[in-house]
Amino acid sequence: MSDALRLPLRLALVAFATVVIQEAAVSQISIFGVSADLTPLVVMSVGLLCGSLPGAVMGFGTGLFVDLVLVQTLGVTSLLYIAIGYWSGRLRELRDPAHGLVPLALGAAATALAGLGMAVIQFLLGVDSPVSMLLLQQIFITVLVNTLIALPVYAVVRRIIQPVLPEDPRRRRRRAYTTGGLSPLQRPSERLGPLPRSAPR
Amino acid sequence: MYDKQVRRRRAVLAGLVVVSLILLTAYFGESPSSPLHTVQRGIVEVLSPIQEGASTVLKPVRDIAGWFSDTLHAKSQRDQLRKEVQTLEAEVAQYRGAWIENQQLTKEVGLDNSLGITSNREVAGQVISRDPTLWYATVEVDKGSDDGVRVNDPVIGDGGLVGKVTTTAPTVSIVTLITDHSYAVSAQVQDAAGDTGVLVPAVGNPNQLLLQDLPQHAPIQVGQQVVTAGFKYGSLDSLYPPGIPIGVVSNANQDELLNNGQVQVSPAADLRHLDVVQILTTPQAGTERAQLP
Repeated sequence: MSDALRLPLRLALVAFATVVIQEAAVSQISIFGVSADLTPLVVMSVGLLCGSLPGAVMGFGTGLFVDLVLVQTLGVTSLLYIAIGYWSGRLRELRDPAHGLVPLALGAAATALAGLGMAVIQFLLGVDSPVSMLLLQQIFITVLVNTLIALPVYAVVRRIIQPVLPEDPRRRRRRAYTTGGLSPLQRPSERLGPLPRSAPR
Repeated sequence: MYDKQVRRRRAVLAGLVVVSLILLTAYFGESPSSPLHTVQRGIVEVLSPIQEGASTVLKPVRDIAGWFSDTLHAKSQRDQLRKEVQTLEAEVAQYRGAWIENQQLTKEVGLDNSLGITSNREVAGQVISRDPTLWYATVEVDKGSDDGVRVNDPVIGDGGLVGKVTTTAPTVSIVTLITDHSYAVSAQVQDAAGDTGVLVPAVGNPNQLLLQDLPQHAPIQVGQQVVTAGFKYGSLDSLYPPGIPIGVVSNANQDELLNNGQVQVSPAADLRHLDVVQILTTPQAGTERAQLP
């Protein structure tokens, strides 16, 4: 299989598996009265790992698949997930955050955007029933629950797609700096360690 | 080179957003028999075996999580149920006498008994997936049109009304729950006057429903049962047979009743832990059914 096809195939597989697991198991497990939502976390993870363009495409695909499988209004979830995937990717491209807790914060932001965005779109489309203020509380609890699982989800997604990711020059350079490989602040003797002593003449 | 990349990125992003908006607009204005809906039903049908398999495989995971959740709430539920049993035992004795009297009077007057839950055929279905969002409350059931299930068939489970069928495919159906924002059903409070109203969900609060359009001075009290009202007018039937339990009145604030004509109702069924439901199919095909509650 060509290298160019490996990443899209894996992303499609990840999206498919996520939606199936979400509908068949995760949605039926209630934690503090709400269910965790894996889909925005997976889209966020893909954006953070692959960049804005793959993130946006993954968001569109996953959202469309969710809308199709759940017989919802087509286009609503994909519109929200495009934003999540794109902005996660832009964060990577502009800031390249290296801190280990970035997926945690980004997971919370992605879930909040999905929850609040869905509410706004539903209001725009028209709601027949009265809306309880508890909706905000439910969105908040969902954000908390998703924040708790954001790191494991990110780790799983990274494990699946990292082997097929193209090497990023900036990451390679940063890795070299952190391991002391290319830093101009170090002398070659420090970088390479003590030189072997030559035998006494 | 950089400009080209930026332009390409922006073009793809704009394209995806436009496609989403087109889909949204097209779907929103379409009828249920339109092409997009048909494609959606086809995908649901194709994916149903996979979802059914995943649901079976992942059942132990759900059971373990459910066990923890149930254990946490078991003690408070036990105390509450003991109280309810005491109250209900007294009520049952009272109603038993009333039921016998009702049977005798019905025979004497010769009332039509065809409108009732007994006139429906029950099809048991297993829940294979559910919608995780707060706005759409739907579940997918492994019974479809091949089993006689039709759109708008009422669905019961866990001791009360669960929802109605909104989409059918040959082997699966989508059930919209009573907590979905698009749902409404005519309901009756079992008080002295038998007041009826329209039951709608409170979006964002899955444990609460609102019974609206009630008379301002209705003698409604907390704890009274709410059931489907049902009606029959010529060849026009209600979607729901009368007498299906929906829930109990959980808050009957007199000011709220006087000003807005509504009370709060707690659903009888635990909609978050549904495993099996029963679809009430109608054997008499061709009868007109009311589309409004």
